[in-house]
Amino acid sequence: MAPAVHPDAVELQGAVVLLDRFPALAGVDLDVARGEIVLLRGPNGAGKTTLLRACAGLARVVRGTARILGEDIATDPRAVRRRVGLLGHDEGLYADLTVVDNVRFWARAAGATDADADRALARCDLDGRLARVAAARLSAGQRRRTALAALIARRPELWLLDEPHAGLDRAGRDLVDALVQEAVSSGATVLFSSHELERAEALATRVVTLAGGLVRVPAAATAPDPAPSPATAVGDAG
Amino acid sequence: MTVTSSPTPRTGDDHEVVTSTSSSLTRVLGILSLIGAVGLAIMGLIVSPADKVQRDSVRLLYVHVPVVTWMYVAVLFCSVASAMWLRKRTDGWDALAVASAEIGAVLVGLGLISGMVWGRPTWGVYWVWDARLTSTAILFVMLLGYLALRRYPGDAEARSRMSAVLGLLLVPNAAIVHKSVDWWRGLHQGATVKRLDATIEGSMLTTLFLGFVVAGVVCAWLLVHRFRVAWLEGRSERHHLDAALADRRADADPSAGIAVGGPS
Amino acid sequence: MLADARLVAAKDLRIELRSRVGLGQMVPFAILILVLFAFALDPDRGILNRATAGLYWVAVLFSGLLAVQRAFAVESAPGVREAIRLSGLDPAGYFLGKAAAVVVQLVVLEVVLGIGVVVLYQADLDGPLLLVATCMAATVGIAAAGTLYGVLAAGLAVRDTLVPLLLLPVLAPVLLGATRASEAALGNGVDDGWSWCGLLATFAVIYTILGMSFFGTLLEET
Repeated sequence: MAPAVHPDAVELQGAVVLLDRFPALAGVDLDVARGEIVLLRGPNGAGKTTLLRACAGLARVVRGTARILGEDIATDPRAVRRRVGLLGHDEGLYADLTVVDNVRFWARAAGATDADADRALARCDLDGRLARVAAARLSAGQRRRTALAALIARRPELWLLDEPHAGLDRAGRDLVDALVQEAVSSGATVLFSSHELERAEALATRVVTLAGGLVRVPAAATAPDPAPSPATAVGDAG
Repeated sequence: MTVTSSPTPRTGDDHEVVTSTSSSLTRVLGILSLIGAVGLAIMGLIVSPADKVQRDSVRLLYVHVPVVTWMYVAVLFCSVASAMWLRKRTDGWDALAVASAEIGAVLVGLGLISGMVWGRPTWGVYWVWDARLTSTAILFVMLLGYLALRRYPGDAEARSRMSAVLGLLLVPNAAIVHKSVDWWRGLHQGATVKRLDATIEGSMLTTLFLGFVVAGVVCAWLLVHRFRVAWLEGRSERHHLDAALADRRADADPSAGIAVGGPS
Repeated sequence: MLADARLVAAKDLRIELRSRVGLGQMVPFAILILVLFAFALDPDRGILNRATAGLYWVAVLFSGLLAVQRAFAVESAPGVREAIRLSGLDPAGYFLGKAAAVVVQLVVLEVVLGIGVVVLYQADLDGPLLLVATCMAATVGIAAAGTLYGVLAAGLAVRDTLVPLLLLPVLAPVLLGATRASEAALGNGVDDGWSWCGLLATFAVIYTILGMSFFGTLLEET
């Protein structure tokens, strides 16, 4: 274990992230300690996907500070990429390669071995007939599972899952939950978004709500002081 | 630049409204250009003599040669500005790169046309595949490609980055093309033609020199204006960000709770 | 870095084997170009014979364009480009791997086209060593420049029309050099073929270095 491992997996303060010119994240504050499983919830367009991508170093933070796993990604977004794993809406699989070839490629690219890849395939139930099927011919759920296998083969320290349950059947969703628990028990941190609130809240250790590009504290959880009106709650916009 | 102050309706804070890209510098350059152009016309068309061999078509060279020279300078500017942008990542270099590329493209076009117009009476044809013309034509296409890339819609930073790499490559590419075409045509001596009589002197030399100066001043004038336009475009994108941030926060559903975070 | 290059090249070639786009589409396309030139230039008048080297390299150049386009079309499957950025692959290695895969495909194409040219245009090969050296140097140059400019345009919707516009002027010297050197090799030319071959090699080296240096910067989208 490296000395002085940074205690927080994610530290965002006032992070602003742009999609083209639109501020998808308008000043997010978020701290996630290692080992937590944090659920991101919020309406569509709230910025959940962008937040996850920003934590992976894929979306640039233009204002505010952002430290992921101790690395300052506002100045160097590339530093943290090998240590995180992102499961997004797009699976990131080569259409003409088989399941096995895909997972092995992505595993080797991250410095893992073929054995790690094969173990991941077995864990995700992909080592049978499906292994030799080209990715283009898989169903959506099978592609998801392949992407999941590629993720776990890399053994990232921070898992960023964008609606991981979507498109999976019951068995698939149970698999995701099990994998998340296994990852956390071996030291990883998980940040995920989901609309499957019941299952997600059972899995998560903490829930964070996002709306309008900002993190919101639910009104019921505030201190007994009179709640400020929404106009002032938006804060100084200057 | 001419600047007035007015409050923006959205954020309520003042920001400068720039109404024109002219300034005392551009006014001076503009006046010098006009005077210079008139002077050049007088010198070129009236005062200087016709050439022994080329007769009156030599007068075109007083424009053509300076245009081509400044074209090389413009391309060099673009490459250097692109390289500096990759080092420093500030908007000024990006604006300089696009401004000099556009002016360079115009210069190349002018250079090719004036060259062709000169070529007709001199060689009898509009075009020969000699080294200089051929590599200039290729340079023209390269510049057009650069300008096409600049129109890439979407993320401004990505656009600047890709254009910067392409711009940086302009000089090496042009050099490679020039060298290989030179080599190619140099081995076929028949096609090379001397453009300028080696012994120009007197008023012809003066006129040519004046041509260089005038072309330079006009290019500088164009560059300053174009640079400012590009720079202002970048600035307006940033202002847009502040307004968009305010919109974004105001649009959020207030019943979802009190916002944590916001501008630091 | 070299391990990454090997990995990426193997992946690209494996995709090529599975999908057979190169063999099934690029090669027929190139041969078609040769045939169309015969239509346009009347084989009986001896023009084809004199122009063989030039026509061959024009066909190779356009097929090279296709190969480069295909190399990046493969990477445009949803989420792949992001996954590459996340993967930890060394960008220089990724560049080398992609360029190497293009080289392999182009070499196969050139051999087939060479046979086509011998058969269709009745060319005869005088200087095989020079020819091989020329082909290798030119191919590496085309692949390196193509991969660099391909990634430049890769994320763009207008990629298909922009890459030719950007790449072909840059490759003009390669066309020049390859044609002159090939003509010398076929016994037709007047120039020193080896000097042109040297130019091709220099171009290839320059663009390989440029590609390795800038690929990382260009992969970033935002």
